[in-house]
Amino acid sequence: MKRFFASRWGPITAGAVIGILAPLLVYFGNPKNMGVCVACFERDIAGALGLHRNAVVQHIRPEIIGFVLGALIAALLFREFRPRGGSAPLARFLLGIFAMIGALVFLGCPWRALLRLAGGDLNALLGLAGLVVGIGGGVLLLRNGFTLGKAHPAPAVMGWLMPAAMVGLLLLAVLQPVFGEGLALFQSEKGPGSLYAPLLIALGAGLVIGFLAQRTRFCTMGAVRDVLLMGDTHLLGGIGALLVVAFLTNLVLGAATGTPYVNFSFTGQPVAHSNHLWNFGGMVLAGLAFALAGGCPGRQLFMSGEGDGDAAVFVTGMVVGAGLAHNLNLAGAADTITEGLVKVGGPSVYGQIAVGVGLIFCLVLGLTARLRTKEVAK
Amino acid sequence: MTTTVDARGLSCPQPALLTRNAVRAARGGTIEVLIDTETARDNCTRVAQREGWKVEVHEEGGGYRLVLSR
Repeated sequence: MKRFFASRWGPITAGAVIGILAPLLVYFGNPKNMGVCVACFERDIAGALGLHRNAVVQHIRPEIIGFVLGALIAALLFREFRPRGGSAPLARFLLGIFAMIGALVFLGCPWRALLRLAGGDLNALLGLAGLVVGIGGGVLLLRNGFTLGKAHPAPAVMGWLMPAAMVGLLLLAVLQPVFGEGLALFQSEKGPGSLYAPLLIALGAGLVIGFLAQRTRFCTMGAVRDVLLMGDTHLLGGIGALLVVAFLTNLVLGAATGTPYVNFSFTGQPVAHSNHLWNFGGMVLAGLAFALAGGCPGRQLFMSGEGDGDAAVFVTGMVVGAGLAHNLNLAGAADTITEGLVKVGGPSVYGQIAVGVGLIFCLVLGLTARLRTKEVAK
Repeated sequence: MTTTVDARGLSCPQPALLTRNAVRAARGGTIEVLIDTETARDNCTRVAQREGWKVEVHEEGGGYRLVLSR
């Protein structure tokens, strides 16, 4: 079994399972083309905690909790739980913030880009192209010696902090405490945040995905990076499987329910805009930030579950980035259709500036944080 | 002479990249790679094998020592 997970079939299995579960989560209540989306769901959690006040995207998403705890269980069972940290935490935090801003300008993480395409949303092609370009930039910086420096082994408690925070979130979701008169968690009554699968189904799907992804090192950014950097296609099958299986599952669900799950077009897509330049540009920033931080948003959650405190800092940066993106009007607005006329959405001028600032930040960091070869070769 | 690559604590893809650079620079002989996660162990092993090197894995000091030879 160990060998199977480590083989080429490992990532393919993880991608295929995500490809089945994501459309099923839509069937059970999640927003369309958003069965799982790490960026969107962390943004919804930020909203539920009041870190932003966009009333339509506030909900504690149990899938995210499941990803971390599923990876934790796998890491413990296979003796891969390794508490570690201390590799450029502030740089990783800021990369998390800008990665989230880029993803929210596009409206999705790499997983959702694939799921959007599997649902016929052609805008995802621009997002995926941007992602490849951003990762390509990261590959050039890595070839040039970019590094965030070494992590160090840490006391066990450090590895348990992120899983414990997730258990805390789960308790909040279950108990729904009230913190004073009118002071409850924020929960959307309309919009994407009001659409969700039942808690146990969402959590269960998250646990399964987290477990499998930890075993197989499933990573969408890594899949592209390894091909560009080393011609290594080990992870690539994972994203191919996710795309194809999600498309097929959408077709089956569409036939079974009588409601189409696939609709090929640029306009009229759920929680999406058709502003091509910024679908591309947002994901260039996100891809570059993921590449410099060493993992896509999903992979960062799984590594948090393995005890990686640096990945946990990146995740925290993404949650804070979601707060900033919505408080400061940086996120892309979805297209709106009034009286048959499509009004193209996309980011405000502030969102566009934020993408520019993020790209400059990543470039400066990428060009200046470099490995000295004598530190490596003795 | 054995070259040692100490990639402990480095995040993806640096251990694999350093391993690849080391095997390409050496062309033959023995190279030791020190890493501390299973992901790095698998990635470095795959990279070295693809470049035509033999890989022995030793568990050591809470991490791994890979001995690459060709």
